[in-house]
Amino acid sequence: MKSGFMLSVLGAAAALYASAAIPASAQSVVRIGMTAGDIPKTVGQPDQGFEGNRFTGNTMYDGLTAWDLSSADKASTVIPGLATEWAVSPSDQTKWVFKLRPGVKFHDGSEFDAEAVVWNVEKVLKQDAPHFDASQVGVTASRMPNLRSAKVIDKMTVELTTASPDALLPINLTNLYMASPAAWKKLFDASSASDPKEKAKQAWDGFARAASGTGPWKMDKFVPRERLEVVKNADYWNKDRVPKVDRLILLPMPEPNARTAALLANQVDWIENPAPDALPQVKQRGFVIYQNEQPHVWPWQFSRIEGSPWNDIRVRKAANLCIDRNAMKDGLLGGLMVAATGTFEPGHPWRGSPKFAIKYDLAEAKKLMTEAGFSASKKLKVKTQTSASGSGQMLPLPMNEFIQQSLAECFFDVELDVIEWNTLFTNWRKGAKDESARGAHATNVTYAAMDPFFAMIRFLDSKMAPPTSNNWGFNNEPEYDKLVADVRVAFEPAARDKALAALHERSVDQAAFLWVAHDVGPRALSPKIKGFVQPKSWFVDFSSMTIN
Amino acid sequence: MLLYVAKRIVLVIPVIFAVALVCFLLVHLSGDPLTAVLPPDASAALAEQLKKAYGFDRPLPVQFGIWVWNAVHGNLGTSIATGRSVIEEVSRAVGNTVTLALFASFIGFFFGCLFGCLAGYFRDTWIDRLVTIISITGVSMPHYWLGMVLVIIFSVQLNWLPAVYSAPSGAGWNWEYIRNLILPAVTMSVIPMGIVTRTIRALVSDLLSNEFVTALRAKGLTKKRVFVHIVKNAAPTAIAVMGLQLGYLLGGSILIETVFSWPGTGLLLNNAIFQRDLPLLQGTILVLALFFVCLNLVVDVIQAAIDPRIKRA
Repeated sequence: MKSGFMLSVLGAAAALYASAAIPASAQSVVRIGMTAGDIPKTVGQPDQGFEGNRFTGNTMYDGLTAWDLSSADKASTVIPGLATEWAVSPSDQTKWVFKLRPGVKFHDGSEFDAEAVVWNVEKVLKQDAPHFDASQVGVTASRMPNLRSAKVIDKMTVELTTASPDALLPINLTNLYMASPAAWKKLFDASSASDPKEKAKQAWDGFARAASGTGPWKMDKFVPRERLEVVKNADYWNKDRVPKVDRLILLPMPEPNARTAALLANQVDWIENPAPDALPQVKQRGFVIYQNEQPHVWPWQFSRIEGSPWNDIRVRKAANLCIDRNAMKDGLLGGLMVAATGTFEPGHPWRGSPKFAIKYDLAEAKKLMTEAGFSASKKLKVKTQTSASGSGQMLPLPMNEFIQQSLAECFFDVELDVIEWNTLFTNWRKGAKDESARGAHATNVTYAAMDPFFAMIRFLDSKMAPPTSNNWGFNNEPEYDKLVADVRVAFEPAARDKALAALHERSVDQAAFLWVAHDVGPRALSPKIKGFVQPKSWFVDFSSMTIN
Repeated sequence: MLLYVAKRIVLVIPVIFAVALVCFLLVHLSGDPLTAVLPPDASAALAEQLKKAYGFDRPLPVQFGIWVWNAVHGNLGTSIATGRSVIEEVSRAVGNTVTLALFASFIGFFFGCLFGCLAGYFRDTWIDRLVTIISITGVSMPHYWLGMVLVIIFSVQLNWLPAVYSAPSGAGWNWEYIRNLILPAVTMSVIPMGIVTRTIRALVSDLLSNEFVTALRAKGLTKKRVFVHIVKNAAPTAIAVMGLQLGYLLGGSILIETVFSWPGTGLLLNNAIFQRDLPLLQGTILVLALFFVCLNLVVDVIQAAIDPRIKRA
């Protein structure tokens, strides 16, 4: 009797376990463990850097322009998104006309038109607009620093105005995601608050839980800090990008070991940045590691203020020739980096043809240092600030110690000043002359290089010196300024690429940075996922993949 | 008794005010409050504009006054990073932490009392020595390490239990939720279990050599009845110890919640620190401090009710 009862209990438990393990429907589902500690903002302008754009920006929303993410071999370029074509006004180069894609609908069924574009520009730029949202400004305004306003020309045409002529606007606009004004207005009208600001806040709060964009995925379930579930938008305007998977589940898992364990326990099908020391086990269990060169640079940014040792181009070139980047890649980083030979690598349209080849050439490096007056008995003392951790910093301490040892062979005596990540960041804006730089001759802050402004202009243009932007080292070279000015007015894509290539060539020939590595955005995927392409980008397209 | 409770409540008010002041100042003096929303390349003008929008341009005492006034009215502000209400964020996390802490406390208290009584009753025997080894190991072992070991065994190798929290949204209490709860709760219970075991063992052992136990035995009471008397005498201390442990557990273990991605106050605090989200950080610390203070109050009152000597002291 007793054993019969026990068997029944065990049977019931097994049935319960089995029923929990079987999905409720035959939907195809991909579960992703993100590195983010929270679901990136869902209101349209995501936070959490480019991971936010990857997971809650490009999934549920579109911009007027977009990145082409279809190829693993070519650099991603800007292609039409919700705008089909655009042109700058020949009479006034601060005015751009964008023709909008007809027949596009937001997820709530409302129509996408010129009014919607103006509304979305105003949400982050027009402080007295009822729907202005300060929480979206910080993550947006700096990515389109020149955009000032938008105006309706007709239902499907919009005019955008920049503060000064700026050929980079179409690239910047990949960061402005179009949220549904109609869905927001409904929430605004339904709010019981009497103060318009409070009403707007409540409307944005509601919008975050019931997001409405035009993207290939629609919000289905959202539990802040726990999960976001998006389902495929079968009516997506780009039929080639209608998702093949029914549902994506995004789970925040900030701890690398926890993320890796979740993958190995088959709790998720995909993780971002697996723990490096678990890679052999991950591969051995049949998971597939994807990686590709990212538009990301891990550098030393030189101080060029008076008295800096890096003012001598021979010293800058010697440092660039003194590091065996492949040894760093294979030994220290387990293959998870690409050796940098500039901000853009060969094959990129903005690479150009620099004459100075960045490679490992110890003899040449020593020769240059000797010419500059240094030797084994007379070493050059340089101080570099870095942090023990930080977004995109990869393995800052071991990598810097590797560089320290490498440069010692070329008569450098490197002092590493390790400070807290946010302090390092704050000093990045204040510059090499600021007290907080503590006399450092270089700073080690990684940067994204998708956009030419972020990749080059903010570091090389003398007008971008602190406190304006990140020309930390106070580069002040007329040639850079001239090339930047050329970029700003190169409105044809081909001309713009040529101008950017010229600027990049100059920066490499001048050894403007100590270029070390590019990150490769490693991710581990279940072998059940097929059809995934990892482009040379921070972003990926989830539409093409399938799962068994 | 009522007077005692009233006195204790009055004493709590300055403690809470001091906690609020300290957490406000510590958080505010630790750096730029807008790091969470400002990208690294933000211009000084943008930083200034947002400072104004969030009210961080006002003098610190004014900011503190506004914060306290709002907190008293149940408004802990808005998270800079997410734009969501802090009270809403904290409430959701508190619910998860309370569940985890209660589950872990139950395991810890149950096994702690059981092992403690066994060791105390059979002191200086092999049972006592075994329990001592278990409890000292439990107290000394880094619990995040134990968590990882349990994950490797039960999640990665055996695939029995989830490695990190991923219960279906809005599922409520079901088997899937309980499966998510088991590993973090067991990991979390190890320290209170060790502490309760050690305390109960010492108490029982001490009480057994007490004269009143000899008297009870001399009166001819059965072993069972004698043991009931011992338990009754040990109960106030056990409750006090467990109350404090529950307070620590409710404070949220940052490490355990991070290892298991458990969406409680510990993980919330970790994220708030990581994102330098000051309003969220202040709100979470304040709520946790309130928890701790209130729990101490409740434990004191219960102890006083059980043992009148405490009230007189």
